[in-house]
Amino acid sequence: MIRLSIQARQALARLTLPVLIVASFGIMLLGKADTLLAERARIALADGLAPIYAVLAAPLGRIHAAITETADLWDMREENARLRAENEKLRRWQSVALALDAENQRLKASLQWIPDPDASFVTARVVADAGGVYAKAVLLSVGPNHGVHKGEIAVDERGLIGRITEVGSRTARVLLITDLNSRIPVIMETSRAHAILVGTNGNRPRLQYWPEGIKPQEGERIVTSAEANAFPANLPVGTVHYTSSGAPEVEPAAMLQKLEVVRIFDYGLNGVTAPEPQSRPTPGGH
Amino acid sequence: MAHIDQHPGIRPRASLGRRLDIAARVSFPACITVLLMLLTQAPLDISEQAALLPAVALCCVWFWSLFRPHAMPPPVVFLIGLLMDLRGYLPLGVGVFTLLAVHGVAVNLRRSLSRRGFAWIWIVFGAVAAGASLAIWLLVMLLTFRLLSPYPAIFMAILTVAIFPVVAVPFAVAHRSIANPERA
Repeated sequence: MIRLSIQARQALARLTLPVLIVASFGIMLLGKADTLLAERARIALADGLAPIYAVLAAPLGRIHAAITETADLWDMREENARLRAENEKLRRWQSVALALDAENQRLKASLQWIPDPDASFVTARVVADAGGVYAKAVLLSVGPNHGVHKGEIAVDERGLIGRITEVGSRTARVLLITDLNSRIPVIMETSRAHAILVGTNGNRPRLQYWPEGIKPQEGERIVTSAEANAFPANLPVGTVHYTSSGAPEVEPAAMLQKLEVVRIFDYGLNGVTAPEPQSRPTPGGH
Repeated sequence: MAHIDQHPGIRPRASLGRRLDIAARVSFPACITVLLMLLTQAPLDISEQAALLPAVALCCVWFWSLFRPHAMPPPVVFLIGLLMDLRGYLPLGVGVFTLLAVHGVAVNLRRSLSRRGFAWIWIVFGAVAAGASLAIWLLVMLLTFRLLSPYPAIFMAILTVAIFPVVAVPFAVAHRSIANPERA
């Protein structure tokens, strides 16, 4: 170690803080100039930490399950009655759906309809919240040698949750439809009018840019549009709900607050995703 | 080994075990900070869990910068800030700058605050946490070039102030026992 006088050492110690504050501005500029660098550092860190969180998930899940179970025991009778009524209603809907499906197949056959290609999918567990105070995203554990790529579509059992934005060797990050940076082309189901679903970081994304003369109806179903070649058509997204100030928002069909297992569909669409740089080895491809 | 320290001037030989002991005690604040920050990201299933990460980071940096600034030097604060930016998905540098600023304030107020009680430290931290939340909010808006709702910032400030005693009380115990290099 270099020997310094006490005065020099004190001066150096006093200088560290200002120098590091200047360096923090440097990092801000670097993060703006090379966004890929930050993205890669984040996903590398997430890759390293994912196994730890996956191990923690089991005991934490058991504790959570025990708490919810005791709460559920209290109102089991009402829950049972409610479920029976709902089951009755769904049975009627099921027969309607089956009849409509059969009719749809017949009509498609008589129209010589070109069928949509079947999408392949993988199922992955949500291991952590990959958002922050100003971002909404989740981290999936996909295991090594996965075939997940940027731009693929993540869906839970009820509806669309978002798109894959970053892929690591063991994890993938899904940007939720509620994130500030999320823009999704959608169609209102009854009017068939196009609109854009804009994330706000709140629980309900906002509807924007619908054509003149058409007004989104309260409770109307919103589905994805195939327009930008980024999404397949007709994935359920949510229902329209007006705020007290009169702005139409969409209540997501997916349970974005408590995501556990997510399906990732590869529809072979690459409408929006930028091509991967050549120098970067494709994850899982080695 | 504590009785040895009662003879100032004469120090025991710096054996390997003793040096390791001192190193562990000195690195305790940084290690516990990183560990707590990583714990806030575990799948706890709490809504608004994301706000816990900056809250815990701010509490830890404030406490250890006040009570043991030698164990929480600016380079360590810098790294903690970087971890906060990377794990909290903030634009790079935002957490680094904010935590360094909090550290600077804590080091400057050390003399006057150490003579007062816990209540004073908490009240001043309230102002610091509000300032830090505001700084993060403004910097994120500046760097993403977009207007953001102020509610997450307000929530973060309130959460930070609210969890401070929960973090600070065990830290105060550790400060006097396991994190004290003089007891090595």
